[in-house]
Amino acid sequence: MVRYLFTSFRLLVFMILLLGLGYTAVVTGVTQVAFPYQANGSLVKSHGKVIGSTLIGQSFTSPRFFIGRPSATTPAYNAASSTASNYGPTNPALVKEVKTNIAKVLKQNPGIKKSQIPLSLVESSASGLDPDITPASAYLQVARVARVNHLSKSQVNNLVKSHIRGRFLGIFGNSYVNVLRLNMALVKMTHHP
Amino acid sequence: MTLQGLVQPFIIIAVMALLAKPFGTYLYKVFEGGSTFLDPILGPLERFAYKISGIDPQREMRWTTYGLSLLAVNLVGFVILFILLRIQEFLPLNPAHQSAVPFWVTFNTAISFVTNTNWQVYSGETTMSYLSQMWLVSQQFISPAIGITFLLVLVRGFSRQESKTVGNFWRDLVRGILWVGLPLALVGSVVLVWLGSPQNFNPYVHATTLQGSHQVIAQGPVASMTSIMQLGDNGGGFFNMNAAHPYAAPNAASLMFQEILGFLIPVGVIYMFGKMINKKRQAWAIFIAMSAMFLIGSVALYHFEAAGNPIINHIGLATHGNMEGKEVRFGVGTTSLFENTTTAVSWGSVAASNDSLTPLGGLVTLFNMNTGEVIFGSWGVGLMGMLGYVILAVFLAGLMVGRTPEFLGKKISAYEVKMASLFLLIPAFAILILTAISLTTHAGLSGIFNPGPHGLTEVAYAFSSGVANNGSAFGGLSSSSPWYSATVGLAMLIGRYPMYIPLLAVGGSLALKQRVPASAGTFPTEGPMFIGLLISTVVIVGALIFFPVYALGPIAEHFAMVAGKLF
Repeated sequence: MVRYLFTSFRLLVFMILLLGLGYTAVVTGVTQVAFPYQANGSLVKSHGKVIGSTLIGQSFTSPRFFIGRPSATTPAYNAASSTASNYGPTNPALVKEVKTNIAKVLKQNPGIKKSQIPLSLVESSASGLDPDITPASAYLQVARVARVNHLSKSQVNNLVKSHIRGRFLGIFGNSYVNVLRLNMALVKMTHHP
Repeated sequence: MTLQGLVQPFIIIAVMALLAKPFGTYLYKVFEGGSTFLDPILGPLERFAYKISGIDPQREMRWTTYGLSLLAVNLVGFVILFILLRIQEFLPLNPAHQSAVPFWVTFNTAISFVTNTNWQVYSGETTMSYLSQMWLVSQQFISPAIGITFLLVLVRGFSRQESKTVGNFWRDLVRGILWVGLPLALVGSVVLVWLGSPQNFNPYVHATTLQGSHQVIAQGPVASMTSIMQLGDNGGGFFNMNAAHPYAAPNAASLMFQEILGFLIPVGVIYMFGKMINKKRQAWAIFIAMSAMFLIGSVALYHFEAAGNPIINHIGLATHGNMEGKEVRFGVGTTSLFENTTTAVSWGSVAASNDSLTPLGGLVTLFNMNTGEVIFGSWGVGLMGMLGYVILAVFLAGLMVGRTPEFLGKKISAYEVKMASLFLLIPAFAILILTAISLTTHAGLSGIFNPGPHGLTEVAYAFSSGVANNGSAFGGLSSSSPWYSATVGLAMLIGRYPMYIPLLAVGGSLALKQRVPASAGTFPTEGPMFIGLLISTVVIVGALIFFPVYALGPIAEHFAMVAGKLF
């Protein structure tokens, strides 16, 4: 048995170096050269400063922006500590969360009815960092966003439309709108009308 | 439910049926002889590994020697990992200044990664240095390869006759790592980065958001870890929210690529098994039985998630599908597919918060694990467990018609049936006893997050996941408490060694036996009748033991939910 332990130790030292360090180093080297944008976190910059990652949702609270999904991280959209709410279906906290979020959406978007709100806009995401909303969630914010930014509804509508991404192969996943990209385009539009 | 959501699991199974042969043939060549196109590159690496470890790869081993070597490599792997995690603050590549991993968390994590469970009681981005993540990655290669060595012993029991030996453990292990894990993980990583995952050693990014607030974004070598976590059916993710994190699975394309990666080897070994016993129809019969259970589970899970929570639906919003703890880019359909697969094929990484699944949706995932992870399951041990059920199924069929049971020309005697029963009873015993103790002690009860029957499901899920070496979790449970760290650690050990070693013994015993030619009295094990019998054995003999827990947990919660009751 001692002999097996000794053999194991020697084999494992080799394997840990090869698979832990060697493998990770090779993948990093290759991908940093081949796909530097993705490999470095899909970061977006403005005037040389990082404003975020297109893959990571960020907190929007101002009415001039499209607002993303509820996030269960502390604080919301904490990209250094992902988490879900973990609320079970019969947990009163879940119902309270949904009702609070509905009230928020209704208050932010006058004229919108409860029956127009998709569930995904009032239920927390899994990662707490969901960068996307459904097209319907974006459209229901169009009137407000247009009003606050002094744009026409059709302008903002077209903006949303051009940011819709479809399903993978038309089957897998869901169509979505990336909130950060949409808001960046919105900012651009308001600065250069 | 929509058609587009419904067809997804069928597409995946069709793709896997196409990939079974090429990958199975490759695996056969790697383990049972034959040359592969990678030999010129990997041959020298293999010989070097033998040389520095003092291994003679030609020496044939009895199953006992094989099993002891397997235990030795896991024991030493545990000790090394334990030490490395405890001293991470003194080692380099720690830009986020993570301190030493706490004792019980280290204990649990080291067991978790050597047993191919990858249950994570820590959250990666707030606990592990980049270097520690790389140590964990090395075990994500080693532990699944060990899963294949388990299987090889049992299958050689059928393919060899009058043989005292079952192969050389070190050779099987080294070839499993170098020929199977390494090349596929390398390709997988590059594809994952192309699809959007990061791969760097940068410090966490400080961003000033569009709205002007401050956001810290965790970075790291994410793609290389995600690739082997899926390929190796490990599930040990880089981030707390694992495959739900947008860096780990930035889009549905990435998630479905990971789905295929995780499926490859469990499906490949089925075809390899067919080649080893020279009966491919037998292998396809097992593939069909697994696929049927997989598809039923996927459709059921999707049905319950799409129907959603009546309490919430009652409020009267535009849509009904349960989106709590799910991501928009995946939607209900693809998420349901992934959550069913993660518990069936046993990779254990989640693309949603399982704690927030509907009660019966959660039940599907619990059921998958409680079968002993035989609906494909992880590398080697999934098929191995299914062969354990096959032994029980032919035994039951033998009882019904009054004949001595046999399978693949080997007589199944009392010894094999006893060992297969141990494989079945040990995990059930461990899950139920540990759940019961947790529900009667303060330490166990205080870790529960959700009130009512859901709390029971959380606890049962934790031990099921541990014993099944799955690693997914109902995330609300405070699994990092000393109580759950220690007891789930124990569950993972029981679910690896006491559970599968009896089947190693079956392999050793069968290898000794002579093959008897099939006669008119031999029960056919390739047709629809056998497939039906096998599925019934898995459901009735395997999972029904857990019915009382299902009734008190998810089923009770379902009826409460329908009645609109909160806890």
